Amino acid sequence: MANTKKLSGRKRDERITAYAFVAPAVILLIAFLVVPMIYTVYFSGFKYQIMRPDAMKFIGLENYQKLFSDKNFWIALKNTVYFTVLVVPFQCALALGLALLVSKKFRGVSIFRTMYFSPQLTSMVVISVLWTVLYNANPNTGLINSILTSLGMDPIKFLSDADTAMNSIIFMSAWQGAGYQMMIFLAGLQGIPKDQYEAASVDGANKFKQFLYITIPGLKGTIKYVIMITMIQAMKLFTQPYIMTQGGPKNSTKTLVYYIYTQGFQKGNFGYACSIAAVFFVIVVTMSMAMKKVTAATD
Amino acid sequence: MTKSMKFSAKFGKFMFYFGNIVIGIIFVSPLIWMVSASLKPEAKIFANMDSLMTFLPTQASLANYAEVFSRLNMPLVFKNTLLYIGLILVLDLLVNSMCGYALAKFEFKGKGAILNLVIALMVLPMEAIMLPLYIEMSQLGWVNTMAALVIPFVAKCFSIYMFRQFFCDIPDDLIEAAAIDGSSPAGTFFKIVMPISKTVYATVFILDFVAHWNDFMWPFLVMTGEDKRTIQLAVQSFFGTQPVHYSAIMAALVVSAIPMIIMFIFMQKYYVEGIASSGIKG
Repeated sequence: MANTKKLSGRKRDERITAYAFVAPAVILLIAFLVVPMIYTVYFSGFKYQIMRPDAMKFIGLENYQKLFSDKNFWIALKNTVYFTVLVVPFQCALALGLALLVSKKFRGVSIFRTMYFSPQLTSMVVISVLWTVLYNANPNTGLINSILTSLGMDPIKFLSDADTAMNSIIFMSAWQGAGYQMMIFLAGLQGIPKDQYEAASVDGANKFKQFLYITIPGLKGTIKYVIMITMIQAMKLFTQPYIMTQGGPKNSTKTLVYYIYTQGFQKGNFGYACSIAAVFFVIVVTMSMAMKKVTAATD
Repeated sequence: MTKSMKFSAKFGKFMFYFGNIVIGIIFVSPLIWMVSASLKPEAKIFANMDSLMTFLPTQASLANYAEVFSRLNMPLVFKNTLLYIGLILVLDLLVNSMCGYALAKFEFKGKGAILNLVIALMVLPMEAIMLPLYIEMSQLGWVNTMAALVIPFVAKCFSIYMFRQFFCDIPDDLIEAAAIDGSSPAGTFFKIVMPISKTVYATVFILDFVAHWNDFMWPFLVMTGEDKRTIQLAVQSFFGTQPVHYSAIMAALVVSAIPMIIMFIFMQKYYVEGIASSGIKG
């Protein structure tokens, strides 16, 4: 009897402790994630200028109507999708290629791994500043153009031409980010049993066939995960165009997040900016849910 | 093994190293150029762009670094940055590990709902909520204060999730034994579970340190005062400040990377493990 009493006392202790343990995190998550999220949707129903908060007026879905006929919104959406659709396969393939180069143990392997990972040790701000200098259109001051001209090629305008600016940002972003995904692929490669390769090579399968029929299927889960995180990361593009091109030339590098920033913080159209943010949120969440579904369905 | 096979194996090995070295050098060449340019006088940076000499620090000196330190208040910038990251990390490790532990080891009403909330909020992009969050900060009077950088970012769904995964694997017997010895549930966590969970704390620490060291957008929105600048803001504004000396800019880039490199050297194992494990569990 005394024993069960002690036990139930402990259960109560445990419950109190549990609530005390989860409370700080849950309160903070609600206050600084859930509440702002609700307010994003709420403000998107208002005409709300940041300079005149007293003149806030409910306008229903007007912001969304305006948004869907706003040329700049569609440009921003198009640029964001363009960046994502190109950077994801490029960066993931680069990361997988690098991982295959350094997946086996050989002397000096950790030096090579660190080399490929090293762009990750500098921030996106640093990389953006550095590559703005490297991409300079003048072959006398831009390193890449000076290499191109000494190889007998024409200099490229990189960031100052609307046709090449986004591609230049894609190339740089993939270079900076690939090391991270390489580390994930390396862990995935470790999970493929070695005897599968041995058996295949006894059967006479060459390296390419082994890659196609053992490595790729063995990495299926890892590949899906890497694609998903790279995609979500890509949708948030802001720092690179902000520092390198200020959204230009001719709006060619203006992205959704950039447009939220411009409308909300530069022009003070808070209600309108919230409607862009809400659409952005729906796109990102739909994308990650779709990816999760695909992953679950094929596993 | 015949002679020719031996030769071809050796040749293959040579080509493999050769290929790796070439690719590796090309891969890091922008960073080599950055470091080299940061050591050269301004006039020399663009002097021999068309030869490989451009990657070598000719006439090396630390003058550019001196310029960075005299034009940017680096000690203040570092203090601002390390202080806010330090505060976030201390609270982050405490608050999120407690939550993760409760979700892993305690039974209570609402547990499932909280776990679902944590998982659902993981996909919520910061960019979608930054406008109202900014209003919230300004109404609390936190704009341009440390609080705006720290308090909204203490609770992190991903950290809670990592802690929970780790604590789930701790044997119940250990916790039972502590309870029989008269330890309270909270006491068991702080005195027994925490000390044997150093790996997960180290992993969350380094992942979040890196994430915040690279923070740009949020500090850029809420820390507008020049004396409040964090490292990324200082670097970004230095890039646009007259006179634009590329050599000094490169030096500023290098300086801002040094703490990350130091962290990487000491915490490499946990950092790499953290990145890798996110892929396996995710």
